Amino acid sequence: MTDARPAFIPSERQRALVARGIRRRRRAERRFQAYGIAAIVFAVSMLALLLVSVAGQGWSAFLQTNITLEVPLPKDEIDPDGKGAAAIRDANFQAIVEDALFRKLGVSGRDDERLAAKMISAGSDAILRDRVLADPALVGRTVTITVPAYSDIDMAWKGHIRRAVPEQDRVVKDKQFQWIDALAKAGAIGTGFNWRFFSLGDSNEPELAGILGALTGSAYTMLVTLLLCFPIGVAAAIYLEEYAPKNRLTDLIEVNINNLAAVPSIVFGLLGLAVFLNFFGLPRSAPLVGGMVLSLLVLPTIIIATRASFKSVPPSIREAAYGLGASKMQVILHHVLPLAMPGILTGTIIGMAHALGETAPLLMIGMKAFIAAPPVSPLDPATALPAQVFIWADKPERGFQEKTAAAILVLLVFLVMMNALAVYLRRKFERRW
Amino acid sequence: MDYPVILATLLILSCAGFYLGRRRAIVASGGSLRALHSLPSYYGFYIAVWAGVPALILFLVWIAAQNSVIDHLVQAALPDPLRALAPDRKALLMADIRNIATGNVVRAQPDAAVAAAAEHYKRLVELSRWMLVAAMLLLTSLGTFLAYRRINPAMRARNAVERVARWFLIVCSTIAVFATIGIILSLLFEALRFFDRVPVGEFLFGLRWSPQEALRADQVGSSGSFGAVPVFTGTLLITAIAMLVAGPVGLFAAIYLSEYASPRVRNWVKPVMEVLAGIPTVVYGFFAALTVAPFIRDLGLSLGLDTASESALAAGLVMGVMIIPYVSSLADDVINAVPQSLRDGAYGLGATRSEAVRHVVIPAALPGIVGALLLGVSRAVGETMIVVMAAGLSAKLTANPLDNVTTVTVQIVTLLVGDQEFDSAKTLSAFALGLVLFVVTLGLNVIALRVVQKYREKYD
Repeated sequence: MTDARPAFIPSERQRALVARGIRRRRRAERRFQAYGIAAIVFAVSMLALLLVSVAGQGWSAFLQTNITLEVPLPKDEIDPDGKGAAAIRDANFQAIVEDALFRKLGVSGRDDERLAAKMISAGSDAILRDRVLADPALVGRTVTITVPAYSDIDMAWKGHIRRAVPEQDRVVKDKQFQWIDALAKAGAIGTGFNWRFFSLGDSNEPELAGILGALTGSAYTMLVTLLLCFPIGVAAAIYLEEYAPKNRLTDLIEVNINNLAAVPSIVFGLLGLAVFLNFFGLPRSAPLVGGMVLSLLVLPTIIIATRASFKSVPPSIREAAYGLGASKMQVILHHVLPLAMPGILTGTIIGMAHALGETAPLLMIGMKAFIAAPPVSPLDPATALPAQVFIWADKPERGFQEKTAAAILVLLVFLVMMNALAVYLRRKFERRW
Repeated sequence: MDYPVILATLLILSCAGFYLGRRRAIVASGGSLRALHSLPSYYGFYIAVWAGVPALILFLVWIAAQNSVIDHLVQAALPDPLRALAPDRKALLMADIRNIATGNVVRAQPDAAVAAAAEHYKRLVELSRWMLVAAMLLLTSLGTFLAYRRINPAMRARNAVERVARWFLIVCSTIAVFATIGIILSLLFEALRFFDRVPVGEFLFGLRWSPQEALRADQVGSSGSFGAVPVFTGTLLITAIAMLVAGPVGLFAAIYLSEYASPRVRNWVKPVMEVLAGIPTVVYGFFAALTVAPFIRDLGLSLGLDTASESALAAGLVMGVMIIPYVSSLADDVINAVPQSLRDGAYGLGATRSEAVRHVVIPAALPGIVGALLLGVSRAVGETMIVVMAAGLSAKLTANPLDNVTTVTVQIVTLLVGDQEFDSAKTLSAFALGLVLFVVTLGLNVIALRVVQKYREKYD
């Protein structure tokens, strides 16, 4: 039996209307999809822009412009009485190096000499002194030494300071450019790998500034953080996951941990300042305090990761252990914990990577000071890698700009390595029960 | 003896206790281990705990109390004229004494009384340390002795050790609570000291912020102006710019990834977003200050606009980029949690994908999306390094994104980095700002988490 009503037959006008509507709706669909793609492209291109701009500014800091000089070491100027090391330490190597430089450049006259002295690093005399101290037999002979160029010259040689700019607008003057050309013609200026960047602490001279101090500071800070937050975090997670009764108190603890994860990091810095420094009187700028503050920051991450990986251990493991007469503590410590360990380690590494890049709390507890010598214990004043980035970013010299970007590159390399390790652990030990 | 040496010694003694206990248990069992209630190593742990833990607790308490006790004793022994000093002068004097005693450089040549006090201080520190060592040794040997005597085959060593281990777990799990309490107390305490000098009303509603003046005039409270409204509006402006970037971009990215993208695209794009989230904020700050800010200034100037070199726009833009992954991953979660049946219903009625998303999925996921955006706002408000490096210091009441403004976090950092006088209103104001920051972010998080949770329950 068919329906008596005639089927709906759209008129020409209605059909056109619907067709238009469909076209409109398809266009809207494509537009909507384009927004999504645009959003992703925007995010990805910002990331690319950031990385390219940092790498573009920073890669040249791994190279250092060096100037090679033949320096005569007259015995009567350095060690006239043959006293050895003591005399060498007091000798005026600055004058010796500068004389050699002036001779090489053919400079005379006070103004020119002052300008020419700013061709080589202020640390050149120390380099020569160390060389002579290591081998006192050099006194009386002529040595060929390679010293770092002054930061501005370094910038000019690398092309960051351009000749085309009018002379009064640039720090490197025309005469210095001529000298650079002369040195280049003689093959006495060139670039080499900047070992000093990795073997020296902070300095006011960009060409002598290195990240060793910041790296050691970061290493101590991370060590303290790990030693504190790993055992505490795992223990807390074990209690909350395995023992805690469901009551007000444990609810409070859980809410607390979640909130702690969302507190702005600078507030942890304020806590460190008020409690660790002012109340307990711990030393300022010390990696110990930095590590304590950061461990509070990492704690929620570790607790959450540990609980998640405890949950993923199947009950059959526990039941088997109970069946063999193990106590609850034995079940947890001997069986569940080892099986959950890869997940815990992954979470810990990710948390530590986060802590490594954290800066604001370290500024609050004073890990921002100018510290030239690398710390030798967690109680010494120190700075950390991200704090060093912040310190250098504030400096006006052009030479520090590339150092800042280079320090960022080092920091990013560490972060990439840590995250890669976490991904590797996850892949390698991931187990589907 | 240094503290690390003391602790190392304690550890060694404790280990020795472990071997002692284990051997004692084996001997007591008379050759058949089955006679023992617990495994021999538990008897070892039993002694190790008794040898180590009480001494360790004593050590911690002693260190915490030592400084104030010694200060008190030294102050009590000071000659009368020095004892009658005003509290703040006295604090300075004590700092001098401590510095002399520890061999640090001090400003002036100390007079005889101060030198004597420093000597006294030094003696007391030395004495305290030896007393500590003696007391710890006593406790350790007493603990070892008592525990050793109690070992016999019927003793339930495992239960005792496990009870201690359980207490350790409980203590560890309360550290998170103590951290929160510490944050609240320290912020509240210092903020209250600040509000003693500057009324709360003036701080929250005052329109002029210039904390530096208080220091220069060397007067308490009255001369500096601590009206934080310009700081709050600056924070709001930068947060708004950041969310204008992160909100749409994060949402559209999440929608595209969950509704349109093929698994292959998803597998590529998601890790990239995670990289964006993993970059330290100091790096974003460098990027904002040295790449984005000059670009925006040049762009603004070429358009004839008056643009500050540290514009709010640059900081906000980069902060927005930083927040994109947080918004997108949270929004991705909630969109994925919308049941497929709702989508299928929409498709069945002839909706296109975008119509299904706009009219069905988004309304269904709205609470979760609002939660994600709120969490993004709370990140933006608390973010420090980007604004410290790329935003300005001048507290202005302006809504112009090309102007430079300051934020709560910038003020906290500038007020507290460098010289520190803990009694000036200038320093204390940083804690008041920190308290506001903490309360606001906590509120945002609690609301956001609750909203997200409610929403999850709806579809579970």
